[in-house]
Amino acid sequence: MAARWRHVSLLLGSGVTAGFFLAILLALPAHAQDVGQIKVSKGSVAIERSGQKLPAAVGAKVQAGDVVKTGNDGSVGIVFIDASLLSAGPNSVLAIDTFVFDSTTNQGAFESTLSKGTLSAVSGKIAKQSPDAMKVKTPAAVLGVRGTEFVVRAIGPGD
Amino acid sequence: MAARAVVGLLGFLLLVGCARPAPPPAPVAKPTRDDLVVLLPDQDGKTGALSVTHAGTERVLDTPRASAKITEEGRIETGTATPEEVQQAFGAALAAQPPRPASFLLYFLEGKDELTSDSQVELQRILAEIARRPSPEIVVIGHTDRVGTVPFNDALSLRRAQKVRDDLVKLGIPADRIQVAGRGEREPLVPTEDEVAEPKNRRVEISVR
Repeated sequence: MAARWRHVSLLLGSGVTAGFFLAILLALPAHAQDVGQIKVSKGSVAIERSGQKLPAAVGAKVQAGDVVKTGNDGSVGIVFIDASLLSAGPNSVLAIDTFVFDSTTNQGAFESTLSKGTLSAVSGKIAKQSPDAMKVKTPAAVLGVRGTEFVVRAIGPGD
Repeated sequence: MAARAVVGLLGFLLLVGCARPAPPPAPVAKPTRDDLVVLLPDQDGKTGALSVTHAGTERVLDTPRASAKITEEGRIETGTATPEEVQQAFGAALAAQPPRPASFLLYFLEGKDELTSDSQVELQRILAEIARRPSPEIVVIGHTDRVGTVPFNDALSLRRAQKVRDDLVKLGIPADRIQVAGRGEREPLVPTEDEVAEPKNRRVEISVR
């Protein structure tokens, strides 16, 4: 019994295992939790989640994995739980790839992709706690956010 | 006929006279194919920093309206954008920005869940801040100073947060929009030795987003 416990603690002690558990802990909430909320929604805006198209009215929740799309006349503004803001102009496609946030330590990771369109961003507690923990990707570039406000335009393949 | 022509001419001259000087000719309307990134000053006037990496090349933007353009040919060009260029390219996205999250501190009487009189006034300001937001979300986190045991302060901090929630609900904020938590004496605003009474640590932080 004692030997077995020692074995367990050895395992837990190893960095690889700790990293593995951490990865699981970090990965779990990313697909289940609401990480933001739509606060501004004008014209045509939709949230795509697991292949389904959901309405994106003011008050709609945003989760990691969601893709937010705006039409010709659309624009959308989202507030995230770490107090980051993202807002997109017309004809934009914005994917929330990763969003993990510990509200006690303010540590986390926030990655999104603007495939096309325009985006304005104000970083929140995640980027403040750990510079470069917030990233915005476009088809051409990766932006590492050290704070706090910026705008991005991405030209999509079909534009 | 001649009279009409004269009136028409006068009207034309009048229009021309009133018009502002003609703007320089607009560039030919060829849709741009460049990706563009512009770093903006914060609301408090400071400018942060942003790294832009394209095809293995990294540029760091750290001045107001510093820009990086990735041309259709794949070059990365840095420069500075004018406010007009920012508005023209990003006006719609910027106009869709929600109100900034804000946070407020309310202070308590020692050992109690009762607000100081100043903080009772502050509560009204917070209410106005909540009212102007679309679909507001409120997080209330209670704290204590280091007088008393850790378990006592855990309970007190939560009671303070709940008290503020109850106040907000009485003032008309739906309870389901408010999350509460207590952090006890763990996160003092002003670090002190144990058992030191510190009014600034007897507080509740209200985050509104």
